[in-house]
Amino acid sequence: MYLGRVVGRVWASVKNPALEGRPLLIVQPLTPELKPAGKRLVATDATGAGAGELVYWVRGREASFAFLPGEVPSDVSIVGIVDEIHVNRKKSADR
Amino acid sequence: MILARVVGSVVATRKDPRLEGKTLLVIKPVTPEGKDEAGYLVAVDTVSAGFKETVLAVSGSSARMAEGCKDKPVDTVIVAIVDGVSMDERPE
Repeated sequence: MYLGRVVGRVWASVKNPALEGRPLLIVQPLTPELKPAGKRLVATDATGAGAGELVYWVRGREASFAFLPGEVPSDVSIVGIVDEIHVNRKKSADR
Repeated sequence: MILARVVGSVVATRKDPRLEGKTLLVIKPVTPEGKDEAGYLVAVDTVSAGFKETVLAVSGSSARMAEGCKDKPVDTVIVAIVDGVSMDERPE
């Protein structure tokens, strides 16, 4: 799973029936230091995340498991909203 | 899933029988602002997308979960026609 930030939204009225009623959000992948890491992706949302929120997301076939027993054709899904991150930034030389 | 633009179609007479009747389109990935990105993909179309339309494409084994693609040898499927993209203002 990866960290990301919700940076936008996609509107689509014509879609595969299996995607009906699923919000589509644009996610910018981030490093643990919250720096952008790679291309922005379109994700289905399983958590009710909103604009600007820090989230974690899953990619690949597992992304559709977030909606079980529904069968949603998604390869990027937001599965959690991040409250806090703790990263130990100390280098081994500082210890 | 990625945003992409339809740039062409593929015609194939001899193909896997499970692909009979499926439309194959050439799509080019684009950024949310609509700028072209590198590379092309051939995708199965499930929403009757047209030339130059911005679409949403799903890749990998999830693609087979789209309606009409169950148990078919596909790994990129067009699952939506994009009406619009709205970007949030940057927090900083």
